[in-house]
Amino acid sequence: MTDYSIEELKGIARKLRRHVITMISSAGSGHPGGSLSAADIITALYFRTMRHNPDDPRWPDRDRFILSKGHAAPVLYAALAECGYFPLEWLTTLRKSGTCLQGHTDSTLTPGVDMSAGSLGQGLSVGIGMALAAKLDKKEYRTYVLLGDGECQEGQVWEAAMFAPNYKLDNLTAIVDYNGLQLDGFTHQIMDLEPFVEKWRAFKWEVIEIDGHDMQQVVGALQKSALVKGRPVVIVAKTVKGKGVSYMENNVDYHGKAPNKADTETALRELA
Amino acid sequence: MTDYSELTTREAFGKFLTELGGQDARIVVLDADLSRSTMTKYFARAYPERFIQCGLAEQNMVSIAAGLATCGRIPFASTFAVFASSRCFDQVRMSVAQPRTNVKIVSTHGGITVGEDGSSHQAIEDIALYCSLPNFNVVAPADSIETVEVIRAAALTEGPFYVRLGRSKTPVVYTSGCKFKLGKADILREGRDAAVIATGIMVYMAVNAADLLAKSGIKCRVLNMSSIKPIDRQAIDDASTETGAIVTAEEHLLHGGLGSIVAQVLASGTPAPLASLGIKDTYCKSGKPEELLAANGLTAEDIADAVKSVIARKK
Repeated sequence: MTDYSIEELKGIARKLRRHVITMISSAGSGHPGGSLSAADIITALYFRTMRHNPDDPRWPDRDRFILSKGHAAPVLYAALAECGYFPLEWLTTLRKSGTCLQGHTDSTLTPGVDMSAGSLGQGLSVGIGMALAAKLDKKEYRTYVLLGDGECQEGQVWEAAMFAPNYKLDNLTAIVDYNGLQLDGFTHQIMDLEPFVEKWRAFKWEVIEIDGHDMQQVVGALQKSALVKGRPVVIVAKTVKGKGVSYMENNVDYHGKAPNKADTETALRELA
Repeated sequence: MTDYSELTTREAFGKFLTELGGQDARIVVLDADLSRSTMTKYFARAYPERFIQCGLAEQNMVSIAAGLATCGRIPFASTFAVFASSRCFDQVRMSVAQPRTNVKIVSTHGGITVGEDGSSHQAIEDIALYCSLPNFNVVAPADSIETVEVIRAAALTEGPFYVRLGRSKTPVVYTSGCKFKLGKADILREGRDAAVIATGIMVYMAVNAADLLAKSGIKCRVLNMSSIKPIDRQAIDDASTETGAIVTAEEHLLHGGLGSIVAQVLASGTPAPLASLGIKDTYCKSGKPEELLAANGLTAEDIADAVKSVIARKK
């Protein structure tokens, strides 16, 4: 990929956020909060960190990405379209009848999507399978998995967390989009995850803590994660749900609700 | 050469999978702390680098298998049928069935002939669960000889498979070889008075029932319906048209199993009097396999009685 500067990456992230608003508004439903919190991470992955080829989505040596928090599909679709996996015009077909852009990711329909998701908790395990395949095939590619913090309440995440260090999967990077909110409210009220970083450390992961909206930190952490040897890395990225749109930030109502026409205009103005 | 006829279905699976592993380096095997029972231990010994011990974490195992499959591997994931079905059903649905990943789930210890371990270990819902999933092929081989052919077909056929094997030694039906074809029933006995459609270990009972009935002059057709999904609609339709009386037999709940599927095919094609033998909406108890089969009406004599009852219902 082109070597974008941090400033340029920030601009791309802003563009992805605008797409997210337009897409969800046009669909009339969707998950803006968790898409916006993940926008900077997705931007860093697709426009800086990952080796991938939009002209050959199944290139065997590509880095793998799994959006385990499948409800943030809009921001992934926006990134894939901006990379050139499919036309930008597809974006406003989101969730509509006949679309290749399903409400949650579907690997059978969308170019560039390696695994379907939407039922939370499964992506890290799938990523382990890809990382194991790389080791068996002696390939250099890396596997990245993006999880939500609420998602980490699923038991399977911890089955996977136990597995990866046992197999010394140093070609695997998990990123937790820690926005502190889930559908029913604040994670610390619904089912507190803390002490979170200590949990991963106890499971023998290398942990990197960052501000998930500081592009320099996101890029740096992803780069650093590839250098760790002998064990997997988790990047715990503190984020703000709904980041970039004032009335959505830290507002649980926008976990899974589309903005109306006036609010869409406000959001796009703020993200201009 | 291994003499598979001397083995349990799970032993035949374990040994043949190891043979296949030597021929195809894409094959990887996953197990969840049961390799000494599912018999994937043979593969583990021969190809340790391609054996993935997952510990007691079936959900993780299935999703890992799916990830491996997306990278061109052919994963065989094994555990007991109870755990392979209900414990990780959502993972199978989301990571295997929907995205159609090339994952082979091979379960052992299916049905009530697990015996003494009791209801927690007796899988009686697994076929219904797997048949409910789009894109899945579901097969219950009749014996160890057919098991080998089914495993071969699963490895060679792109797409998700569920193969159900047993625990105990199953009498051999295919004494002189077997040609398994996915989606095709195998007619083991010809006859025009009635037809028994059976799957898994019940195929052997069905053949015995046909022999019993022959003594009283009843000529009973026997179909091995090892391929439950896709199912051979034509063979069911032919059996109905040509014999006019059908009995199904399975070591599984009647709801959602072979009996339900055959009833559906019959009702939408050529209806005929039907009797379905299987577990009747209940959990079973500890006991010897043969005791449990008898207690649930799953013996050759039970099948023979059912055949007589459907013949009596013919118009």
